[in-house]
Order: sequence, then C-alpha cells, then structure tokens
Amino acid sequence: MNGIHDMGGMHGMGPVEIEKNEPISLEKLLAEQGLVTANELETGRAEGRAGVEGRLGAGDVETLLRNRKRARRDDNVPPKFKSGDRVVARNIHPVGHTRLPRYARGRRGVIDRDYGVFVFPDTSAMSRDPKPQHLYGVRFAARELWGPAASARDSVYVNLWDDHLDPA
Amino acid sequence: MSDHHHHDDDGHAREHDQPLSGPALRVKALESLLVEKGLVDPRTLDEIVEAFETKIGPRNGARVVARAWVDPAYKQRLLTDSRAAIAEFGFYGYGEDMVVLENTPKVRNMVVCTLCSCYPWSVLGLPPVWYKSAPYRARAVIDPRGVLKDLGNEVPDDVEVRVWDSTAELRYLVLPERPAGTEGWSEERLAEIVTRDAMIGVAEVTVPAGSGR
Repeated sequence: MNGIHDMGGMHGMGPVEIEKNEPISLEKLLAEQGLVTANELETGRAEGRAGVEGRLGAGDVETLLRNRKRARRDDNVPPKFKSGDRVVARNIHPVGHTRLPRYARGRRGVIDRDYGVFVFPDTSAMSRDPKPQHLYGVRFAARELWGPAASARDSVYVNLWDDHLDPA
Repeated sequence: MSDHHHHDDDGHAREHDQPLSGPALRVKALESLLVEKGLVDPRTLDEIVEAFETKIGPRNGARVVARAWVDPAYKQRLLTDSRAAIAEFGFYGYGEDMVVLENTPKVRNMVVCTLCSCYPWSVLGLPPVWYKSAPYRARAVIDPRGVLKDLGNEVPDDVEVRVWDSTAELRYLVLPERPAGTEGWSEERLAEIVTRDAMIGVAEVTVPAGSGR
C-alpha cells in the first residue's frame, strides 16, 4: 500500500530528537479497543470488571518470549539470484501489504547476501499464504536512489524477496 | 523492580490520592485501572517488567559487543552466524534471525526501519521513541550524514555510510569500533561503556570522562 507509513526519503518531518523521557501512549489503544472507557481513564477507577478470555498468566511469560514465531523456513526453494547479481526492484504498487519501500521501486541494485528462505510478508499478511522464498540483502547506491546530490560512497541495504526483484 | 509491588486494593486507593504528574504516575494509574478491571494479572505484569528490566535490553547487546572486542574467534563467529553466536550467551527471550554489521575506520553502519519499527529486541530490548519517529524513519535513508551530524556524530567524507533498512524478520546489530584508551580493559568493563545508540549505529562508543586509567 502506498501509505504514509512508508516514510523513507520524505521531507518536512523535522529534526530527530532523542528524548530524555520517552512517552507511553497505551491509553489511546486501550480505549480504541473498547477495553477501557474514556471516563475510566479520566478517573482512574474501574466501572466494573472486564470479561476477557485468554488472559496471560505469569507462568506463561517466559514461554511467550522464547517462542516467538520465526519467519525463517526450511522449505527447499531454489534462489533466483546469488551474491553479486545485478537486480532491479519491481515497480509495483500493491493495494495490500508490501515490504518493498517506495523509494526502492524501479531502482537498480546488487545482491549483497542471500539470507535463505523466509515467509513472504506481502502475501502472508493479506491472504495468509506464506509463499516461502529467498530473502536477500540488496545494496542500492545512494545516488541511484536519491540522485547526484547524494554521497558517491554511501548506500542503502534493503531486505527484499524474490518476488520483489527482476534481473537487471 | 522492587517498587513495583502495589497491587493490593489499599495501595490502589493511596495512589489516587496523589495528583498525577509525569509519565511514571500516569503509567501506575493505568496499571491499577487495568488490574482492577481484571484485564491484566499483576503477577504477569511483574514478570514481564522484570524480564525487560533485568533480562532483555541493551545490556545484552553490550555484552555481545564487548566479547567480540576481546575475543577474535568469537567476533568471527558473530559476523558469520550472528544468531548462533548471540545464542551462546543464553539470553532470556527469543532468538531472532540476526545480522551483525561491523564498523571500521572506513565503514559506518546505521540501522532504520522506514516502514515501521523493526528492531533487534533480543539484544537491545524495546526500541526508543526516536527510532520509531517520523523524522528518523524519513531521513535516515536519504540523508544519513545529516542525521548523524545533528546527533553530534559527523562522518568524514572519506568514510562510507551504509544504511540498513530493516524490512524483514531479520534484525541488525551494529558492532561499533572499540575506542582508543581501552587497551587491557576486561570484557565486563568494556560492556559498561557500550551504549544502545552505538549499537543502532547513530553514535560511537567513547570512554566516559573519569573512567580512564
């Protein structure tokens, strides 16, 4: 989706500020989900107990933190590219989820590394199809992405999957 | 966290006698509310807070960096199979697929997630607000030198800057350069000076004033 979340290269966002006290905005999320009311947040007092199923128990915390689902897969899928290959990122604008940032679309890069087979988030997020395929680190020269004003030395490495790339 | 245990009803009442000012009080009020509503189990909360305060966080990353500085064989393992080398520490928390990026006098690495907030939780804990902010996400890829300069970390023209956009379930940790003046330091002492921001790649590790020999 061409959304405002895809921020790489946008101007006018102001300076990067490393805050001393980092704010917490869980309240808004809780209210949006209907778990607490605005009045409860205002007064700090519960207006009754919530009926929630599947509350996490103290004994389950370590298991939860240790067993995060991994995106790496063992599927035997052949890679389309190898380290050193020249590629071009597809100029695609899917209306659903994609991990191909807008600033890289249509740009030429070089495969830096093949990281192995991973779930493809573009399809797994939309249709629950994991479509496992090779994930690469792709190096794009800063000038290829941003033009002649960028440093000739610098580069941006983007993680892209087979379905994001064509040979160049 | 020793001051975290106030989940009895009396504690709750006392808390709300105080005017709420500052994020800490606000969080405590919210916590009390969620416990009172039965949305969270206070013991679970304690367990999670304890995990992120004492077991998961940038101190883990700092230990990895310090070991790589003193042990060349470990550093080699870390750069070739980062996940396995980090797993040698047996940190609490999950083992993400990791890639460690080595800074050298000629190469500076910097990590961003332009699409959201992907971050190496297992070694750095929770991402800082600035890392998730629009200014950092927007500017890190197009003007990394400007961002670094604003953060007091100007990069000379003859040094290459590599920006790593973290778009996959594969997370990056920067291995900063070991600062001069730390020769002969123990691994533990070195770990103390490694900062979170240096492992994201927006700062260099320096020897704090007063900790020299």
